[in-house]
Amino acid sequence: MAFAVSRVGEVTVVDVDGQLIVGNRQELKQKVLQELERGARKFLIDFTGTGYIDSSGLGVLVSLSKKVREQGGELRLSSLNEDLRTLFELTKLDTLFRIAGSREEGLSSF
Amino acid sequence: MERQLVFELPNDLRYIEETVDFVVSHCSTCDEVARKLRLNFRVSLVEALSNAMIYGNGRDPSKRVHVEVFLGEGSVTARVTDEGAGFDPGVVPDPTVPANVCKDSGRGLFLMRELMDEVRYNARGNSVTLILHLPLPPNGSSKPPKGKKEASA
Repeated sequence: MAFAVSRVGEVTVVDVDGQLIVGNRQELKQKVLQELERGARKFLIDFTGTGYIDSSGLGVLVSLSKKVREQGGELRLSSLNEDLRTLFELTKLDTLFRIAGSREEGLSSF
Repeated sequence: MERQLVFELPNDLRYIEETVDFVVSHCSTCDEVARKLRLNFRVSLVEALSNAMIYGNGRDPSKRVHVEVFLGEGSVTARVTDEGAGFDPGVVPDPTVPANVCKDSGRGLFLMRELMDEVRYNARGNSVTLILHLPLPPNGSSKPPKGKKEASA
């Protein structure tokens, strides 16, 4: 499980590799907040390499989205597989987040 | 083939991923079943274990979580029991109503109920049983009938 942070233009991309669950959500939170403190305002969380997310993972995304918005920024998501999309739709979080089909689409949406 | 798995886990969130991986890997691999296990069962079992360790046992490392999994041909059942006082699952609010969608937590029980066919709590509220019905192969059995061989390529 890893969260790789990179910069593409003005967008800070975080690649979630593996799973986003109760045991590692704090690591994602710390990484995004660190970048926020450094001045980043556009975030794309990419799930190309993600198997599944639990409710804690969903919760940390909600929390981060709020914190980024409070600083005048925006956090978007990309590359959810069918299983992940199902979780977002069941919990109505697909209405809260802007979700792109691919990383490229996510980057160009900003 | 029917199987039963029984675990006694330390109250440590780090054991959840490995435990769920192990359980799911011992299940059937037909595509439709695999998806239900990969998504519905896996997510629900993770939620049940997290709730037991965090809320039931209060993150107390001295407590344990008891897990039983029964794998049948037409269903998979998991029972997760913590050492806490229990709770009333009826008081957990719906996380999908507009007032709650933006909240950071409160989706675990909801996901279990959405993804599993049955979710039952004991009277005390410290033990949850999750049941998922699985599609059977067309002939109702995971093995070919006796006396017949599977077609070769």
